[in-house]
Order: sequence, then structure tokens, then C-alpha cells
Amino acid sequence: MRVLVTGIAGKIGRIVALRLRAGGHDVLGIDRRGWPDAPPEIELHQVDIRKRAAEDVFRTGRPDAVVHMATVTHLTGRSADRDRINLHGTRAVWECSHQHGVKRAVFVGRHTYYGTGHDSPLYHREDDPPMAVTSFPELADLVAADLYAGSALWRMPEIDTAVLRICYTLGPSRTGTLAQFLRGPRVPTLLGFDPLFQFLHEGDAADAIVLALERGLRGVYNVSGPEPIPLSLLISLCGRSQVPIPEPLFRLLLGRFGLPRLPPGALKHVKYPVVIDGSAFRAATGYRHQRDGDATASEFREAPSGLGE
Amino acid sequence: MSLLVSRDVLARVRRLEVPFDHHGIDPFGVEQVQLARFLTVLGWFYRRYFDITVHGIEHVPARGRAMLVGNHSGGVALDAAMVLASLFFDMEPPRLGHGMAEKFLNRVPFASTWTNRLGQLTGLPEHAVSLLESDRLLMVFPEGARGTAKLYGDRNSLVEFGTGFVRLALRTRTPIIPFAFLGGGEAIPTVVNLVRLGQLFGMPYIPLTPWLLPVPRRVALEIYYDEPIALEGTGNEEDEVIIDHVDRIKSRISALIDSGVSIRRGRGEAVR
Repeated sequence: MRVLVTGIAGKIGRIVALRLRAGGHDVLGIDRRGWPDAPPEIELHQVDIRKRAAEDVFRTGRPDAVVHMATVTHLTGRSADRDRINLHGTRAVWECSHQHGVKRAVFVGRHTYYGTGHDSPLYHREDDPPMAVTSFPELADLVAADLYAGSALWRMPEIDTAVLRICYTLGPSRTGTLAQFLRGPRVPTLLGFDPLFQFLHEGDAADAIVLALERGLRGVYNVSGPEPIPLSLLISLCGRSQVPIPEPLFRLLLGRFGLPRLPPGALKHVKYPVVIDGSAFRAATGYRHQRDGDATASEFREAPSGLGE
Repeated sequence: MSLLVSRDVLARVRRLEVPFDHHGIDPFGVEQVQLARFLTVLGWFYRRYFDITVHGIEHVPARGRAMLVGNHSGGVALDAAMVLASLFFDMEPPRLGHGMAEKFLNRVPFASTWTNRLGQLTGLPEHAVSLLESDRLLMVFPEGARGTAKLYGDRNSLVEFGTGFVRLALRTRTPIIPFAFLGGGEAIPTVVNLVRLGQLFGMPYIPLTPWLLPVPRRVALEIYYDEPIALEGTGNEEDEVIIDHVDRIKSRISALIDSGVSIRRGRGEAVR
């Protein structure tokens, strides 16, 4: 297959591209960011997903399949750009796919779609509502992108669309939401709260994406790996120490003393769990993760340094 | 680490039919050492402090999903704690009872962590389904917070039952084991519930005893377990059908309470 990967320069994008190459596929990539040491046989286009130049990649590159990972997920330094990339970029990818004969498309989404709160259940199934819209409004653009991609299943039935809601990823690249949270030697937590955290090795996340593509999966699926563990245990497995802070004080400290400036919704994610049920994806594809939580955390801990960026 | 953890209790915790991983954590976040610490303390109340008699524990299945459905007898959740203790200390092999915690608890620091590490998840239908589908033992009090709010004089009565548990049992094909708990109202007699003050703290109410705090008296407690009831159906039946099932279970529990009360009267409800 000829596979177009959007957001190919991101940590999982790179791994997906390399796995696809190793599996004998031709790989094209779109990213505004560069990938300096990319293998020469991967065809890179440094363009914006929403621009005309990206459509040209579809027209001239003629991909059979698309993996859409060009979403902005970090919240620090957010701009109006983010909404446009996440929602309008997703729309552009499916419209181009529809117009240029793409047969398979995978949307790489996140488990934070389900949101969290004191009354939110463990083990969300795919039909649970996107509570993130109210519990964490800053994620609304990602929820919208997820639902938009899912609607392609009936709007563009000729494309096999798979929407994957993947739990946190962690690994040697030391990039991503969870890695950012765990980056320092001391990790702030909320005193008296110790939610379950669910995470997957970044290589295993890439395997799940490649598998969904190769199987021509249709539908919406949660992707999870090892059983969730309490945040306190995750912090110690990563060789960090926990600094429990009472919630009112935590709110005051946000944005000061090296703590990131986070919206209030983000606090809920260190207070209550977001845990998904990944059994439907395993049943549909036979997916098994390769690395358990301990191995994943120790790879994260022992990696020399981040990938940069 | 092992402060207040009895070695025997920890050994028993390890024998629970719960898929603990090598960190001693199960998929719902139950943690072995914290569970053992809680049960060590609870075990002292269960074995030493109260004079407790358990009847019919053989009706609780040794494995597989089941729903224990019983009455609240007032005060705080002493009944749930003692049922949990009886399943752990008086069953061979021991079993872990999962209660459905009041929603406000998950907002309270430490109470949130504590309930979650002990398998007492927030009372949500999704949690009940997940636990039953994992073949766990669920403790259900269909009277809900209305039941714990009972004052001393109403301790041996039943208030209105919710109906959700019957639909849940039908949907998940779960047998129901009715039980009655007696003596909770004597241990922690509630004279008044402070509703307004409770709401200020995000709780449904704050119960007051004659000595203000809900410190339990040393009294005789009894748990009566009855034969399992296997309900037939899909869970999508009309309300009348469901209410019939609820009434049948409620009258079984009521009969257990009545016979228990008359035995207690014969003995005199003596405070030890």
C-alpha cells in the first residue's frame, strides 16, 4: 500500500512510518515540522495540512491509505491555530481522501475524549459520551475532530475509517502529555488523590495504528495496553518522587515555580482516572501489547534524552 | 509499609480470587497491602469488639458473580463493613465484597484514594456492570442513602427500594442473595440527621448519636444470608414485572429481619 502519514515528524508518527516501511509499504509524510534524519525512501512534504499544497500531495502521491496524526494536543502555549489544525485539518484530510480515492483512513485520537470527574466510571466503552466537552473544555476541538472523523463512516462509506482512542503513551522519546507531566525529578500530585493511570509504550501504540490500517478496520475503538496502575506507583516506577500538594494550594501554584500553567480541567486528570476498555479492539484485530507497564516506565526513565522538540 | 498489617490477614488477601498483578494491584485499583491494613482494623471490630453472629454464609457462592442485597440499619455504613468482614473472615476461601460508595466520597481527599484502593468504587451502574462481568461479589443496599438515614426507632424497618438492581441482575444474569443485618441501629443509634450542615460539606447528611459522634457501642450484631434467587429475564421488562421481583426480594429480607428481631427479643437486645 501507499500510505500517507500526516504529522509524520511526531514521536509516534516516526515510529509508524518506520514500521510501515519495514512492512513493505510505500510511505509519504506531511508535517510542518521537519524530520532531518528520515530514511531517504520516505517521501516528506513539509507543508501545512490545511493548505493547497497538502491536497497536491494527495493528488500526485495517490495514497491508498492515510494515517491522520497531525493534531495538536499540548495545552501550553495554545493558540487559535490549534482549533483550526485539529478540526479543519481533520476535515481536510477526509475530504481529500474522498476526492482522491483513498480506501483506508485511521484517525489517531486520545482516551481523554471521555473526560473525567468524581462520578466518571472506570473502563469507558466506545459508546460512552465525550464528557471532556464539559469537564475539560480546552479539549473540545479534539473531541470534535474525533467525532468528525467517526462521521466519515456514514458520510464516506467507501473509505474504511478507523477512529482509535489511544491511552497515554510513554517511552524513550520522552515526549507527549504524560512524559511532560513526569519529566522532572519531583512530580506534583494532589494530596489525598491517587487515580489509576493507563499508558502504553509508544512503540506498542504505533503497532496498534499499523495493525488497524493493515486490517482495514472500520469503526471506533479504544486502544489500551497494560492494566492501569495508581499514579503514585507510576511515579515511582519512573524513578521520580511524588510531591503531594493540597488542591487549593496546587491551584495557586500553577504557572509558578516551574509548574506549567494548566487549565482547571487538566487538574481533574491528576485527581480522577481516565480508564478505557480496549477489549473491542483486541477482539477485532488480535492486538497484544509487547511491553508491560514496568518495562515502559523503565525505558522512559533510562532513555538518554528526548528526541528534541 | 506494613504498619498495622496483620500477616495472617495479608496472607488471606493473597488468597482472594482477584487477579492481582505483581505489584499487588487488580484491574479496578484494589491494592493488597492497603486492603490488608483496612481488614486488619476491621477484623478487630469484627472479631473482638462486636458480638457478631453470621447465619447462612454457605449461601454465598464460593466463586462467580453474585449480588448481596440487604437492608441498611441506620447510622453510617457499619452494615456494609461487617458484611465485607464476614465474606473475608468467614468464607473459605475468602471473598472480596465490592460496595457502591456514595458519590461524595470520591470528592473528598484520602476518602477518594481509600475507597478506590479497597474496591469500594463510586456507586455508578457502569461500575456495577463491570464488577459483575468480572465475576465479583457486589454488595447492594437498594434503600440507598435513605436507608442509612434511618433513625433509631426505624432501625428494623425497610424504606423504599430502588429497582435498578433487579434490572442489573437480569441483564448480567447474576444471582441475588438476600441478607438482613441486625444491630446497626443499636451500635450507632441516630437521633437526628443534620441535612443542611451535611450539604455544606457535600454530604447527604450528618448523623448525630446521643453522644454526638458515630462511635459504635459494643452490641450484638447479626447477619442472616438467605438462599440465592435466580431471576429469569432480560432486564428490559415492564416496570410492573420488575417491581414484582423487587417486592419478592424485599419481603424475603423483611422476613429475615422479623425472625432475627424476635430471636433478639427472646434474648433481650443486651448491650455488652
